Amino acid sequence: MLAVQVLINALVLGCLYACIAIGFSLVWGVLNVINLIHGSFIVLGAYLAWGAYQWLGISPWYALVIAAPLFFAFGYLLQRLLLNRVISAPVLVTLTLTFGLDLILNNAMIYYFKADYRKLTLSPPTGSISLFDVVVPVDRLIATASALALTGLLYLLLRRSKVGRAIVAVRLDRDAAVLMGVDVKSIYAIAFGLGAALAGCAGVLMALIFPISPLTSSAYLGKAFVVCVLGGLGSVSGALAGGLLLALVEGIGSTLIGPAHATTLSFVLLIIFLVVRPQGLLGRKGFE
Amino acid sequence: MTRVNLALLILIACVASLPLFGGAYALRIGTIACMYAIFALSWNIVGGFAGYPSFATAAFFGFGAYATAILLNKGVPLTVAVIGSLVMCFLLAAALGTVLLRLRGHYFAIASLSLVEVFRELVNNATDLTGGGMGLNIPLASGSGILADATFFFYAMWGLLLITAAVVMIVSASKLGFGLNCIRQNETASNMVGLNSTLYKSVAFGLSACFVGAAGGIYAAWVHYIDPSDVFDILYSVKPIVMALMGGLGSPLGVFCGAFVYLGLEEVVWRNYIQIHSGVLGVLIIMLLLFLPHGLISLRSGMFWRTAKHV
Repeated sequence: MLAVQVLINALVLGCLYACIAIGFSLVWGVLNVINLIHGSFIVLGAYLAWGAYQWLGISPWYALVIAAPLFFAFGYLLQRLLLNRVISAPVLVTLTLTFGLDLILNNAMIYYFKADYRKLTLSPPTGSISLFDVVVPVDRLIATASALALTGLLYLLLRRSKVGRAIVAVRLDRDAAVLMGVDVKSIYAIAFGLGAALAGCAGVLMALIFPISPLTSSAYLGKAFVVCVLGGLGSVSGALAGGLLLALVEGIGSTLIGPAHATTLSFVLLIIFLVVRPQGLLGRKGFE
Repeated sequence: MTRVNLALLILIACVASLPLFGGAYALRIGTIACMYAIFALSWNIVGGFAGYPSFATAAFFGFGAYATAILLNKGVPLTVAVIGSLVMCFLLAAALGTVLLRLRGHYFAIASLSLVEVFRELVNNATDLTGGGMGLNIPLASGSGILADATFFFYAMWGLLLITAAVVMIVSASKLGFGLNCIRQNETASNMVGLNSTLYKSVAFGLSACFVGAAGGIYAAWVHYIDPSDVFDILYSVKPIVMALMGGLGSPLGVFCGAFVYLGLEEVVWRNYIQIHSGVLGVLIIMLLLFLPHGLISLRSGMFWRTAKHV
């Protein structure tokens, strides 16, 4: 029974991990930028959900709808005004730029919200479902379902819409996309905006489950790194596979050798994957 | 000995005269300045010469600090402990380098970044040896006064800086430096002409780690108390990169100046905007990248001498 519980937990957590990582993966895949501000975006989304619920009484499900366009606009402008200026510079420059942005955003959050841990507590509490001996909290289940829905939405967007096809085209071959008449600059901005929107929405969902603090942003960023590398870059299915694998390894690892080692385990897994299979679980070789 | 190297040595010699002018505060700043310069010069070996964006500085700083601290607690003299952690860092980094440096670009950046996390978690969990999250106390090295202690650690750090600078100069003038330059420009091509790039990169990674580790050791003995979140701070990885970008990638003199300018800025920001210091730092980083992408060293050409610009 313990095994089933671990498996279910991993499944629930894995979908959330995928949701955390997917925007990061999109930005990395399309813009070739390691977006270090992603973790702070997630925390900002969590604060948005918390504030909306605490002060305005808006339930987190609606906060999701507010967060998406807000974060999209934020990300779009950030890319257009700042990142675009150095987009063709080497890895180091874009990475350091997003690090600087992250410092600013994180500091602003510590300044306004303080570094205290806060928790969004729904009233009345949603309780939990127990089937045989397996227990799953309902809020976690809803968050997972929403995460899956978001992932599915992005998948559809990339598959069906014209903008989505353009994003995929730029990701596959930038020069060819330019020749086909795709406006790469605006696609970059849209992709970055989408990444930010997904981070914001992931943050709203995280607020339901985890405590909120500006200090947690690096933990989210770390998860996003690992999931991206495990699953493969820039693809929706890759992020899902990576999220599930990470959650599974963490779950089994912390059951067998103790939760203190879960983070170490995930990063060791990351390094092994980087060396042995850098294209990720679902990635194709030479496709980066 | 080129003119630039000579200038670097003269600058370092000037730093040594610092205790003549200031009190304990000047000594503290001087020690940190030397430490930052060691970081930046070390990072420059792998990041500037070989062109690999390494974020592993904090990992080896922390490793060196803990290695020295544990040795000191076992009663080993300071000199032996620092040299011991220098050698250990070199071997560890060279061994890790053979694996990690097969990755390129973003992937290497992430692998080196996660090295910091792995080391921190390992130290956090090895409570018996390292004290875990409670940190580790280090016995006082000498019974002499505070100022004498501060002067001693300043000169220790300065001496290490001198050695680092000398090694960086030797590397940049040697076959190794030439090979690293080739690797930066085109690794596949340098492999083709028979350069053992794995060996070169590993040695470079080892060299870039060992002095940082030794600096970590001196730091640990200097502050008498270390804990994982302090010495494995990811900012220690990022700061050298900012310094190098500030001064000019690849040029030891530029990187050295970058370290000092950065420390000056950091100190001013700390003093005046304690609440928002990291935000101000972020703004500085962004301004630097947008308006001075080639560093302070790029100001020189065209301003003072008319030389052909690199393309």
